Amino acid sequence: MTRHLLSAADLSRDDALLILDTATELARLADRPIKKLPTLRGRTIVNLFFEDSTRTRSSFEAAAKRLSADVINFSAKGSSVSKGESLKDTALTLEAMGADGVVIRHEASGAPHRLAGWIKGCVVNAGDGTHEHPTQALLDAFTMRRHLGNLDGRRVAIVGDVLHSRVARSNVLLLRTLGADVTVVAPPTLLPVGIDGWSCAYSYDLDAVLPKTDVVMMLRVQRERMNASYFPNAREYSRRYGLDAARMAVLPDHAIVMHPGPMNRGMEIAAEVADSERSVIVEQVTNGVSVRMAVLYLLLGGSESAIGMEPLPAELTGAEGGAT
Amino acid sequence: MSSWLIRGARIAERADPVDLLLDDGVVAAVESGLSHRGASVLEADGLIALPGLVDLHTHLREPGREDAETVETGTLAAALGGFTAVHAMANTDPVADSAGVVEQVWLAGRDAGHCDVHPVGAVSVGLRGEQLAELGAMADSHARVRVFSDDGKCVSDALLMRRALEYVKAFDGVVAQHAQEPRLTEDAQMNESELSGVLGLRGWPAVAEQAIIARDILLTEHVGSRLHICHISTAGSVELVRWAKARGVNVTAEVTPHHLLLTDELAATYDPLYKVNPPLRSRDDVEAVRQGLADGTIDAVATDHAPHALEDKETEWQAAASGMLGLETALSVVALAMVETGLLDWAGVCDRMSTRPARIGRLAGQGQPIAVGAPANLVLIDPAARRVVDPRALASKSRNTPYAGRELPVRVVHTFLRASPTVLDGKPA
Repeated sequence: MTRHLLSAADLSRDDALLILDTATELARLADRPIKKLPTLRGRTIVNLFFEDSTRTRSSFEAAAKRLSADVINFSAKGSSVSKGESLKDTALTLEAMGADGVVIRHEASGAPHRLAGWIKGCVVNAGDGTHEHPTQALLDAFTMRRHLGNLDGRRVAIVGDVLHSRVARSNVLLLRTLGADVTVVAPPTLLPVGIDGWSCAYSYDLDAVLPKTDVVMMLRVQRERMNASYFPNAREYSRRYGLDAARMAVLPDHAIVMHPGPMNRGMEIAAEVADSERSVIVEQVTNGVSVRMAVLYLLLGGSESAIGMEPLPAELTGAEGGAT
Repeated sequence: MSSWLIRGARIAERADPVDLLLDDGVVAAVESGLSHRGASVLEADGLIALPGLVDLHTHLREPGREDAETVETGTLAAALGGFTAVHAMANTDPVADSAGVVEQVWLAGRDAGHCDVHPVGAVSVGLRGEQLAELGAMADSHARVRVFSDDGKCVSDALLMRRALEYVKAFDGVVAQHAQEPRLTEDAQMNESELSGVLGLRGWPAVAEQAIIARDILLTEHVGSRLHICHISTAGSVELVRWAKARGVNVTAEVTPHHLLLTDELAATYDPLYKVNPPLRSRDDVEAVRQGLADGTIDAVATDHAPHALEDKETEWQAAASGMLGLETALSVVALAMVETGLLDWAGVCDRMSTRPARIGRLAGQGQPIAVGAPANLVLIDPAARRVVDPRALASKSRNTPYAGRELPVRVVHTFLRASPTVLDGKPA
């Protein structure tokens, strides 16, 4: 089994469930007075962020620190090229520093794959270009399971800029693995060519999808799309694909509303929806730490990656917070 | 000048092996049982003799990127691949858009002596697509340029393309178009397909090639000129050229070895060794270009040999340079894709890799059948040999071959340029 987490497609159903169950155990730690586990003491994890993302970086940092790992934040703002150092040289530097794990965020799709070929440590993809963001999908699945239980047969609508969304790609793959039925909803210009070959349904009509939905996940629409003829203007987009109170009202009673953040309030999601009782958006952020702890724990905790192995590690269930 | 006697080679024109005497730059005799006092003798048992290969599309990188390739290293790679003439593309630094630059490249080729170098002239000044370069001056120069191309960039302005097509009629030139509609391919990274969507790599749609080809066929018909399409890569493009030829439009087309063999699935590795422009396409496209080459719709195989320094390939996919080496593997890849599949015989390979490209480039001394009096430009190949491609063993200065570690058929054994060996027993002569 993989030493890396590069794509949600790397995860078998058992792998994914192991991560989610481990995250559930780890989440209980958050309620204890001392939140630390000694598991990754002496291990070094590098947060290698080529794109600004305070949210994701802090989440990984908190996760690594709660597992007692040494964390190095290696922020390479702007592209590696503009910085004058190639990704390969950066990789060799990290290798020389003895990184056991590298969490990478990069604007180029596939950059984590390249990195994994150059270093011995394990690589976790924290978002690469318009490709994938597997830990986001894991925390989304974790959040869904908390509210809906088993995801088999659950109906999830992912709405918005699917073409450019790494969150959408990872979610489609992972949710399919977990047995959910996914429908992506967008104007035709924001669906990739070949969408009919994906393991999900697609629709151009949000109103037709909403009444048959257990989870609706709204995607951020980037500012730069607005002037590139993907749609006429923000107002028309919002009218056809935004989630407002009227649309929320047609959702089944148990349905939840998600957003990976940061939100454009008033664009893809109305403020009253974002702040409503159905919204689990803040909870997604909280769950991110537990899920990332689980990923780092399972990749780095033993002498070999534990993801893919059968039983839940025994040490976890009885773990004492802060024990030495 | 020494003479060479080649014993027992098979040639397309004869059923049985025959001896060839090369002397004073030409094929002096083609008979069985030849002997010649003072001639060096080569036993060619089991070898096939073909006219020297002619490449319509080579990037020699000189001047400007001598770290990636030079005329010396690139033409040596060409000779080792069985070529006796290459067309050196114009996208150098400075751009080959003046008589001075094309003559510099032409002279460097003559000094290197591994094969003939025919510079391609830029269509527009600086490849900027705004103003015609001095096409006439390049045609009249010592380099005698007949092929003009902004390759690397498309001549996307319809009016400039029309003018270029008209203007080159004065000296029997041809405009070789890199067909890529620029707006449809902004920041494009790979073939637009289901896979590009999955990989999150921006798509390069087939229609961006086909739209330009369709337009240029119509322009060529309208002004009665001659058009050549570079590196055709899609099934739709083959259909368009087939249609144009049926209408009698004077259009020719080339396909690269890699588009005959490799598919876009290789992009899933995110290894930029497989990044090339136009991108690797689908299995259906590969089938279509093979059929097009087999039935003659596509006239020529052209390598688009594109050397790149290691640091320009050891990067993220989107930051990497496009292009792959081709000269030293072209014949082997064509053998694998076309000969072993039964789509072409060796006479067909000779036609698509020597005869027709020489005709398109208007090269009088190249691509002629092996017959008495013809210039002695020829290559002897071992069709039964197989070899594993080792990037470190290539003569090219760069290492960006997509075939590293792959076993390919056919070995180039000897290459002769006007009766002088450039390659003997697979090594530089």
